[in-house]
Amino acid sequence: MTTVAHAHDTTDSPFALSHLDSLESEAVHIFREVAGEFERPVILFSGGKDSIVMLHLALKAFAPAPVPFTLLHVDTGHNFPEVIEYRDRVVAQHGLRLHVASVQEYIDAGKLRERPDGTRNPLQTVPLTEAIQQHRFDAVFGGGRRDEEKARAKERVFSLRDEFSQWDPRRQRPELWQLYNGRHAPGEHVRVFPLSNWTELDVWQYIAREGIELPEIYFAHEREVFARNGMWLTAGEWGGPKDTETVEKRLIRYRTVGDMSCTGAVDSDATTLDAVIAEIAASRLTERGATRADDKMSEAAMEDRKREGYF
Amino acid sequence: MSTSTEQFADVSATTLLRFATAGSVDDGKSTLVGRLLHDSKSVLTDQLEAVEHASRSRGQEAPDLALLTDGLRAEREQGITIDVAYRYFATPRRRFILADTPGHVQYTRNMVTGASTAELAVVLVDARNGVVEQTRRHAAVAALLRVPHVVLAVNKMDLVDYQEPVFAAIAEEFTTYASELGVPEITAIPISALAGDNVVEPSANMDWYGGPTVLEHLETVPVSHDLTACHARFPVQYVIRPQTAEHPDYRGYAGQIAAGAFRVGEEITVLPSGRKSTITGIDALGESVDIAWAPQSVTIRLADDIDISRGDLLAPSGDAPATSQDVEATVCHVADQPLAVGQRVLLKHTTRTVKAIVKDIPSRLTLDDLSQHPNPGQLVANDIGRVVVRTAEPLALDAYADSRRTGSFLLIDPADGTTLAAGMAGESFATTKAVAAVDEEEGWDF
Repeated sequence: MTTVAHAHDTTDSPFALSHLDSLESEAVHIFREVAGEFERPVILFSGGKDSIVMLHLALKAFAPAPVPFTLLHVDTGHNFPEVIEYRDRVVAQHGLRLHVASVQEYIDAGKLRERPDGTRNPLQTVPLTEAIQQHRFDAVFGGGRRDEEKARAKERVFSLRDEFSQWDPRRQRPELWQLYNGRHAPGEHVRVFPLSNWTELDVWQYIAREGIELPEIYFAHEREVFARNGMWLTAGEWGGPKDTETVEKRLIRYRTVGDMSCTGAVDSDATTLDAVIAEIAASRLTERGATRADDKMSEAAMEDRKREGYF
Repeated sequence: MSTSTEQFADVSATTLLRFATAGSVDDGKSTLVGRLLHDSKSVLTDQLEAVEHASRSRGQEAPDLALLTDGLRAEREQGITIDVAYRYFATPRRRFILADTPGHVQYTRNMVTGASTAELAVVLVDARNGVVEQTRRHAAVAALLRVPHVVLAVNKMDLVDYQEPVFAAIAEEFTTYASELGVPEITAIPISALAGDNVVEPSANMDWYGGPTVLEHLETVPVSHDLTACHARFPVQYVIRPQTAEHPDYRGYAGQIAAGAFRVGEEITVLPSGRKSTITGIDALGESVDIAWAPQSVTIRLADDIDISRGDLLAPSGDAPATSQDVEATVCHVADQPLAVGQRVLLKHTTRTVKAIVKDIPSRLTLDDLSQHPNPGQLVANDIGRVVVRTAEPLALDAYADSRRTGSFLLIDPADGTTLAAGMAGESFATTKAVAAVDEEEGWDF
């Protein structure tokens, strides 16, 4: 004897939702919950693919009305020009309001010190948390996905942060059904992750399905790069290459978009969405493993940064 | 970069299954999860390298796959899972979201968290030990949360010489127990997570077993409900009113259909007000449709401009739930601070949050033996109990047995916003006459 009853494949049910439709429906639900329950929400928007998908979902969630949120870009100062151009174009196109928190301004004002390695990703935490306090944002949408990193796999969809934006993984609220509890004291806020259950491949498939435009650096192009710590980095005013590093022209593309000093490119000839999807599906490296130097700093680098208020 | 057709086939997977795993500390849950991830090619090179590196630096000879799933410093230091982690993997046939829940007794609330959104629960048992207290506890939580499908994975079959009678006896005992609790479908599978028997590949060591492997079962178990059997429910999340030159008169009610289906032309009743109107349009995220169903997020337009706001519920006029200010439910207490009779709380049901007071806590359940303790006075962390709550405003609450989405609620501490308890309205376990007889015998009558 093995079973009481046996299951049969019923994926041909007319009411079955595709996995992308399920994820889209869930994310839209999350956006609308925040719109319904919070006073001053903001979407973290970097011009990277995850935040672009977030904005697309928000546009769909409230259509034909405008998105009831402003955007916030934590600008490291080490940007890919194509990404900033894209950011400003999208903001204008949809009549959105963009706040910019600038790491460079903090450095210029002596409130932050440049790190010896030139990496600015960890420096984003202070401008981010101060912008949240200054604008009194009570809900901050981030494009973080649980598949990205092991500490993020533990993150809630609604993640309560104290007045210092700190994440305490042991004090997380249990998250039951789709009943998100966003209650918070004055000064506290909630980080909201509508893409929690999406994978990198889901994001790309959704971009292809919806025909969403992306910054060009996500597609294969020839670029002058140099090797550092096993990654291809773009030369720039941020401090690369050093004397011992040589620049060469390669056919590459970016899997993630972030600070130029720690975001690596991958060798690729994928110039179309279909080719990118095929490449991701076949890749034996995770997105962050392939392209992010800052996560390799220690075994718990992401957990430590999240505890301090990073998104 | 090369593309193998086998891996590329992942891209065509269409449906999504959410499932949870439960098992005691040494039942081999991490190994099973590790093998599912590994054999479905979801553990990538850099993740494996990180695990190998961490294992070596701890002086371990073989890579410790638990390090793949234990993401927090404290978890890795102590070698235990503290909190639910979510994992994602795909096969050519389906995509999966796995809620990997801790096995410790004191983290029952985390299993409740994982099970609340799961369509399927895998309960792991060590073939050498058979059904133990913790197995019964996991079965009870799955039954309480009404997870539609339960898989009993009888693990470590290699350590009992792959003997059929060992498996059959455990499967029989578990199936009898879980059926009494009302678990609608139980599939028992003999496995060895370590050796790989019947996890992804069929076992050559157990030719007496003719059923599916764990993965095959996960790939084929039905995920969609029969909508004709569900009461249609639409909690209003947000009112969309652009008031722009292009859309001067647009007024739509945004929400996610919680159960059943809605059609254009259908008469609906708004609860709790009781006003009626007719659906004139359904906008499914940019597309106008004639019918929409759970769990689609849509915007519904009505013929009449009546007063509807966040927290209201739309239901077909012929099938609207009753409203009430008295809620009887089973709750799982998830906070460190207790819940006591007389306490003022907030109750969050769908998109509606109302003031409430705990009028009574008639009983508390001990999951170890399912015994019932009358009038405990309060519930503490990980307790499961019956409560009676009086709300300040009427709620359109279904029985949790009829709808996990509209029969569930949270109790929240109004002082600091802490989620106190997860509530399930109505009877707790599926009750049949046969169960009633067991109730008396066992001394519990939930």
